[in-house]
Amino acid sequence: MTNRLTTRFAELSAYDRAGFVAYMMAGDGDSQALLDALPGAGADVIELGMPFTDPMADGPAIQASALRALEAGMTLRGTLAQAAQFRKRDKETPIVLMGYANPIHHMGWEKFAKAAGKAGVDGLICVDIPPEEDDELRAALGRQGIALIRLATPTTDDRRLATVVANTSGFVYYVSTTGVTGAGSGAVTEVGEAVDRVKRASGLPVAVGFGVKEPDQAAAIARCADAVVVGSAIVDAMHSGGVAGAAELVKRLSSAVHAARR
Amino acid sequence: MSETVSANTRPNALSAWPDMRGRFGEYGGRFVAETLMPLILELEDAYKAARSDPAFKAEMDLFLKDYVGKPSPVYFAERLTEEFGGAQVWLKRDELNHTGSHKINNCLGQVLLARRMGKTRIIAETGAGQHGVATATVAARFGIPCTVFMGATDVERQAPNVFRMKLLGAQVVPVTSGTGTLKDAMNEALRDWVTNVKDTFYVIGTVAGPHPYPAMVRDFQSIIGREARAQMTERLGRLPDACVACIGGGSNAMGLFHPFIEDEDVRLIGVEAAGLGVETGKHAASLKGGKPGILHGNRTYLLQDDDGQIIDAHSISAGLDYPGIGPEHAFLHDMKRAEYVSATDDEALEMFQLCTRLEGIIPALEPAHALARVRDLAKELGSDGIILMNMCGRGDKDVPQVAAKLGVEL
Repeated sequence: MTNRLTTRFAELSAYDRAGFVAYMMAGDGDSQALLDALPGAGADVIELGMPFTDPMADGPAIQASALRALEAGMTLRGTLAQAAQFRKRDKETPIVLMGYANPIHHMGWEKFAKAAGKAGVDGLICVDIPPEEDDELRAALGRQGIALIRLATPTTDDRRLATVVANTSGFVYYVSTTGVTGAGSGAVTEVGEAVDRVKRASGLPVAVGFGVKEPDQAAAIARCADAVVVGSAIVDAMHSGGVAGAAELVKRLSSAVHAARR
Repeated sequence: MSETVSANTRPNALSAWPDMRGRFGEYGGRFVAETLMPLILELEDAYKAARSDPAFKAEMDLFLKDYVGKPSPVYFAERLTEEFGGAQVWLKRDELNHTGSHKINNCLGQVLLARRMGKTRIIAETGAGQHGVATATVAARFGIPCTVFMGATDVERQAPNVFRMKLLGAQVVPVTSGTGTLKDAMNEALRDWVTNVKDTFYVIGTVAGPHPYPAMVRDFQSIIGREARAQMTERLGRLPDACVACIGGGSNAMGLFHPFIEDEDVRLIGVEAAGLGVETGKHAASLKGGKPGILHGNRTYLLQDDDGQIIDAHSISAGLDYPGIGPEHAFLHDMKRAEYVSATDDEALEMFQLCTRLEGIIPALEPAHALARVRDLAKELGSDGIILMNMCGRGDKDVPQVAAKLGVEL
């Protein structure tokens, strides 16, 4: 089964261009409008945050965003509905859901996978389900052609890396620093070495995220990674400047990333 | 880890869990961010090695005896027995431990383990402040910097414990994220740990979190049940008919229950906090009012809504105010080896006063919940019965709050 993620990363590679991955929170502000605007602003892949009450791997920006979204009534079903709405108009841009285990577990792995498949979702990043615990979820997602994207971090040594990349697909998300989302990113030289290590072990594209905020910084990472992820900064821009403000930031960041290897 | 009378253990026994994956049946596990996985695997190895090292055991035993004041006695509560009009009520006096609760049994074990692992910084979460105080105490004793995360709401209602922690040299971080209670303090501790992976040891205060914490904390707390089992046998020549303990995350209950799990004739009864009443939705009774889910590293019963979002717990007792429960309790509940009941805020307040007046023992609001069900059970079992309840903490910390509830200005 061809997955939009595979196709998108193959295209990027063919043009020797790094991809830009934009994270946004479903339900925080007019998120449907932002979602629809992201491809036009230069997002190659969209990470759609599923709000959760207890986001223990997230920094203040995404925590606050999740609480605002929940306050506004967003649910997992609502998030999937926004993805489905987006997919009616955009058949190419991959959507990766990102969030925590409990809402998915509550819906049921199988039921969630089917609903996500129907909504045109291409991948899932579940922060608090490590490889040791993801058998059932991964199998359910696999039946729908959805990639379960794993995270590698600075604490992932070579032995552990083999476990992390086994049975994975889509791409690998390299967390550039030990810490929560939105904190400072890792030094670019170290990130570059880590990306090479993860690429060799996985044979998959590697996207780098956590703490990337500025176009210069994004461009530096784009020179050594297949894609750059920005989350907290976009979430903040959406909160302070609405859809236009967030789209503007995405334009600046994606231009920097796309031009980085020229 | 003193001399004990151990229960029979056979393969596949209920007491033999968790399995290799840290599962108690379908509960438990290791649901953490990838950054933390290498750390909890390292911790598991270090704990296994320490557990079988006689030097570690000797050090634990020495500090348990000379510093914590172990063993704590079992005490026949004659006047409560009279008042309840039924079975004999015996109290395991873990409130007499240094720092005033059972929490130090576990903190001592984990801090000694942290030293052994070469960790130079301790973090902990706390609700009522008992675990925070116990951690800060042991950290002070060994000269290790300690940071305690505490919900901003709890910082307000537990002011004396906040000051105690500061006196002990700990940094107390009020957590305003989320709803500012114990679960948010735990989120914040996890965020700190994921940031300071090299030097920091996270001392979790209850039998929850990712494997190996539920098993490790239980092992350290099992001194409660091991001592009590031996003491009851020595005093009465028999085991109690029932062991009763309150449950927030469930560490004192698990510590009491575990050495009795294979004693099929001994009923194990956990008392959750019913807050304003389970039917009102304002409670902390995860087993009664929750469903299995995933939070803070383990699969267990959680208070959650139809979307799988975590619902805030409510209890008069900050120590029971947690929307989850240790995975081993979830397992014992489903296996029907232990019974789980609940007691309301009002019942706890009533027992707090009753126990103080009749026995001259001011119980913490947490074990006051257990006492409410001991009252019913005493009548049910009749005068031939023997009940052992863990008095897991003393109530000095709760005096200001109880006074306020009773409309008394201090």
